[in-house]
Amino acid sequence: MRQKVLVLYLANSALDAPTIAWAVYDGTGETRPMAGDNDQAPYRTGVDALKDGWRLFQAAQILPHHRGDEFDLAYLKYEFFFEKLVETAA
Amino acid sequence: MSETLPLLNALDMARFTARGFLRFDAAVPAEINAQFLAEAGEPPKPAPGRKMLGTYMELLANSGVPEVPPGVPLASAYPQGSAIQRLLDLPVVKGAIQSLVGPDPVFDHHFLHVTFPPAYYEAGGGENVSQHTHQDSTIDPSEGFDLQIMYYPHKVTREMGGTRFVPGTHLRRVSEVALGRYQNIAGQQHMVCEAGTLLFLHNGIWHGGGVNHADRTRTMFKIRMNPSVPQTRLWDVSTLPPEPAQRPIFFIKSPQPETVESILMTPEPWFEQDTGRLEFLNRVKLWRRLSGDPDFDADYWATRLQNPARRA
Repeated sequence: MRQKVLVLYLANSALDAPTIAWAVYDGTGETRPMAGDNDQAPYRTGVDALKDGWRLFQAAQILPHHRGDEFDLAYLKYEFFFEKLVETAA
Repeated sequence: MSETLPLLNALDMARFTARGFLRFDAAVPAEINAQFLAEAGEPPKPAPGRKMLGTYMELLANSGVPEVPPGVPLASAYPQGSAIQRLLDLPVVKGAIQSLVGPDPVFDHHFLHVTFPPAYYEAGGGENVSQHTHQDSTIDPSEGFDLQIMYYPHKVTREMGGTRFVPGTHLRRVSEVALGRYQNIAGQQHMVCEAGTLLFLHNGIWHGGGVNHADRTRTMFKIRMNPSVPQTRLWDVSTLPPEPAQRPIFFIKSPQPETVESILMTPEPWFEQDTGRLEFLNRVKLWRRLSGDPDFDADYWATRLQNPARRA
């Protein structure tokens, strides 16, 4: 059994919000995803990934904004981790 | 006789403010491109067992590009007649540099980025992969910016990878490759270009080198420079409208003309729905600095928050 991981970054905290960034990591070794390898999102929303069999296992918290830091932007906020478990020969 | 440089106009400066880059396609003449490639030198051919690091070190050791310490005036960094000095002397380049970081920028560093084709990895080992997306240097809380020029001395095809960058990410305060997890971002661009193309980047823009699947090396030369004066009204301010005015917002009956405001208020495909508005505010803040107008606003985002009647 091996794990495939899909990370979707959505436009807001709702799982049916549009995808704005994405990553795939393949524990089976069958594919080698890497930075810049796809200009088209694999799923339009997080719910579309659920419909395709991906299991959500982590979602970013919605955190309050500390006074004085309200306008500082850094990392993408709405991060969702999904997995698929894949049977392998090994 | 003093030289009249083609300084950047208000709309180009607004584009740089909003998106963090300006692109000048095939701006460098073929003769300078050929001179640069000859000066930069060729890497050694792939050989069984020769590691990539050794290949790169040999390339740098034999390169005609000089070692330059940081902190010297850019004007004295390169020998007269060298390809890079000739490039920096092109009026379009000189004018853009002056507009963004002033007339006497300081040399920060440069590097010869060479991306190797699969044959090198087959011979010497290692994995032929793209570079993780990152922001250069360290977390940068300053209000100004450094300029990074990326110079592509030969044609770059999509198969060769090209520099990947994400327009509009430059105002985010992140820590170098902490964002490496983001493999792909909506709106990312890949530098596929003709020989002699220049990409002028705000130092904060998120970027990374693309993987090279072609049968030849890909070369890009980067120069980073710092301003030596405040970055205020260094460009062609005669192109600003005499009286900036707020335009109607939200309830719009017809398309708006392209203005500084419309450029600053154009979102990127990767913008989150809430923080996209904070991006607008941060663009307004940078434009205030570049234009020297502390009251500038676009679409009322800053004015609403700064209403003196609301202060405690």
